[in-house]
Amino acid sequence: MPIRLLSFILLLFCNTLWAAAKIEHWQTPQGSRVYYVQTEGLPMVDIQVVLDAGSARDGKQFGVASLTADLLDAGAGSWDADDIAKRFESVGAQFGAGASTDLVTLSLRTLTDTALFSKALETMQVILSKPSFNKADFSREQKRTLAMLKQTEESPGDLAGIAFSNALYGGHPYAHPTAGIMKTVAALTPGDLKNFYKKYYVATNAMVVIVGDVPKQQAEQIAEKLLAGLPAGQKPEALPDVTMPAKATQQHIEFPSSQTHVLVGLPGSYRKDPDYFPLYVGNHVLGGSGLVSKLFNEVREKRGLAYSASSSFAPLLKQGPFTIGLQTRNDQTQQALEVLNQTLNDFISKGPTPEELTSAKQNIVGGFAMRFDTNKELANYVAMIGFYDLPLDYLDTFQQNVEKVTIAEIVDAFKRRVNPQLLQTVTVGQAKTDSAK
Amino acid sequence: MNKQLIGLALLCVPVLASSAATKVSEHTLRNGLKVLVKEDHRSPVVVSQVWYKVGSSYEPGGITGASHMLEHMMFKGTDRHPAGEFSKIIAANGGDENAFTGQDYTAYFQTMAASKLSVSLELEADRMRNLHLLPEELKKELQVVTEERRMRTDDNPQAKMQEHFMAMVYSNSPYKNPVIGWPADIAAYTVKDLQAWYQRWYAPNNATLVVVGDVKPQDVFDLAEKYFANLKTSEIETLKPQTEVEQRGIRKMTVKLPAKLPYVLMGYKVPTLKTVEQEWESYALEVLAGVLDGGSSARLTSGLVRGKQIAVSAGASYSMTDRLASLFALEATPNEGKTAQNLETALKAEITKLQKDLVSNEELQRIKAQVLASNIYEKDSNFYQAMQLGMLETVGLGWQKADEYVEKVNQVTAEQVRDVARKYLIEDHLTVAYLEPQAINNGAGKTEKKGAK
Repeated sequence: MPIRLLSFILLLFCNTLWAAAKIEHWQTPQGSRVYYVQTEGLPMVDIQVVLDAGSARDGKQFGVASLTADLLDAGAGSWDADDIAKRFESVGAQFGAGASTDLVTLSLRTLTDTALFSKALETMQVILSKPSFNKADFSREQKRTLAMLKQTEESPGDLAGIAFSNALYGGHPYAHPTAGIMKTVAALTPGDLKNFYKKYYVATNAMVVIVGDVPKQQAEQIAEKLLAGLPAGQKPEALPDVTMPAKATQQHIEFPSSQTHVLVGLPGSYRKDPDYFPLYVGNHVLGGSGLVSKLFNEVREKRGLAYSASSSFAPLLKQGPFTIGLQTRNDQTQQALEVLNQTLNDFISKGPTPEELTSAKQNIVGGFAMRFDTNKELANYVAMIGFYDLPLDYLDTFQQNVEKVTIAEIVDAFKRRVNPQLLQTVTVGQAKTDSAK
Repeated sequence: MNKQLIGLALLCVPVLASSAATKVSEHTLRNGLKVLVKEDHRSPVVVSQVWYKVGSSYEPGGITGASHMLEHMMFKGTDRHPAGEFSKIIAANGGDENAFTGQDYTAYFQTMAASKLSVSLELEADRMRNLHLLPEELKKELQVVTEERRMRTDDNPQAKMQEHFMAMVYSNSPYKNPVIGWPADIAAYTVKDLQAWYQRWYAPNNATLVVVGDVKPQDVFDLAEKYFANLKTSEIETLKPQTEVEQRGIRKMTVKLPAKLPYVLMGYKVPTLKTVEQEWESYALEVLAGVLDGGSSARLTSGLVRGKQIAVSAGASYSMTDRLASLFALEATPNEGKTAQNLETALKAEITKLQKDLVSNEELQRIKAQVLASNIYEKDSNFYQAMQLGMLETVGLGWQKADEYVEKVNQVTAEQVRDVARKYLIEDHLTVAYLEPQAINNGAGKTEKKGAK
């Protein structure tokens, strides 16, 4: 007994109390937003620079945003790609840069030991503010991108994804793949990348996220130093609004695969959407909760039609896609589509049952802490909050916002936002399955 | 008990380098279940994993993939909980769960709020011995696994080629079979097969429970006693060694598949930490993999992708924790105008260089710096830490190996890297496969569009 008690006391001393992340926010002198969370326990820090410079900013040069991001660490200041890689890796730092639909992220993970940290940070700063975009590096990375794009043509899943975005967004900047298409990427020049960089890689269009074991004063210095080389510049103009498709369409791409990939959906929700929580919680019941969702149950558990079946809203600055996806043996495609549509239509008209709603809330609320229980995940959440200009207490109020959602709100939101008359359906596989295969 | 106390006291002293670095606490139940606990109090969550010593390398011919199939069936109900209820209970408690199967292990996991750990342990204990294998559930799940195979392997040219490659690499080692199983075997599983497999391997004395998170070791041990102590043991038969025969000469194959890009895959037969005679050799092979592919500054990316520009991508890997002797693998996708054979030549030249010249001190230091840093980054993830402990324990190396890793890598010298390159990366033990892309016959990308309804 005394032994037990003693160990209890000892544990009390070393237990750190947990609280939801405390996000601090300020602006640098050049007008960049900074978001910072201090975490303790590990001598490391995650730093991200996020810019509104994703593929939605490509214009007609599909792929220019992505290739610009790829080229950043291929040469900067007086360093070539080898020098840059060695500078990071000799101090054990991990660096990456890449574009998505809305944004570009430069991310650095490094130890906080002063000597190691300084070298990593300096390298990131030069990459961000003095990328070379020289011809040889450009031409190499362009070729690699073209090879990668060619490779997507051997993947029925990739082909389906590309056709699906096109069907949903038509002429909107969200329609094309982030990496671009062969024709536009082949036409790019180093000058195009330089122009893109000049326009979008500016201080007013940049934000910094710092999550890790660094004190606030140091975080302030980090942010300033990182962005010091960028001109103030201007914020890019707002993206055009998404136009909903005029009618439902169904598109089939013939492909010699053993499965047909099925995607169904429409432009869905955006980050500051007033319907966000009803749609989010509703979708959790419909197809967002892994092994227990309605779609999973109908498609896989009851009928064994697919390995995965799920649905998701991917909110962006403008309406990102609402997607339902599954893959099934070619000759079962029709049946799987019917089950999918039946499940969706049922859900739109009735919404979840009270039990389903309760379970969904229990799952979301009860598991909330797990979403950002690593510095890496936390940094991603903070970046999202910052980039989409969500309230700083977004994480603190998330659970309450979920709890408040009612069945009526879900039904109402789905009726207005997921109109079956506008659904876009894409199938990629063999429509006529020969017994030869 | 005194020992336990000292352990706890040590835990509470903030370690200089990283205060979250804690020791592993170990406890074995009387029925043989080993429990490993690692504290991480940064967040009020816990990951709990049950690892079974069984995987595809345990399977005899005819039922390849049985371990993976059984993994799926483990969600299909027990005496106490009907099919699907396991997942519902975990979800309603805010949990996230799944399972995975490898060559040497089958593991089940839940991540939960730390206060809910007992929910996960109770359910795992229940399905360790009381699984119901029902014919109608198997019938459906067989289809699911077949769809999984189609998605992962059959419709993915590089994955399919890797499957053919492994089947040629090994003459008699069970590593020649895919984890998911051969199609004909999957189609022919019976309830009886899976029942026998379950009876044979699913027992406390063939399992390890790993818990990492905001918990106290003694509390976890108490919970483990409460839920698992009553479970009966099984007599676990010793596995037959199935030691791979020595390869006597290079093996080559061509795989023709509908694809867009060629690809080359090469593998040298090498020992693992478990099978090697002198441990340092395994760590030297690990460092050698780092010299070739430890980041963007490493030789393959720097030399073949950027320097010579003959590869779109190139990589090297060594899985030092496999239970049986395995492979040092190299792979590459050629650039436009280059062939898989060109890359084979270039990759072999890299190996020759390692056999002739010593790795520079700068390179060696860079790899060691990365290993040291990664060891801290890894502590950001409870899941990763649990994986590491569970895997080491399950392949028979013991979890303590995780603590030795950084130091052992640090001890590797340039001479040792050269020596293992000379000793193990030899042509007679090499297998090479080329993916030869075939036209994708889709009626020239025919697309049909129609307005629906």
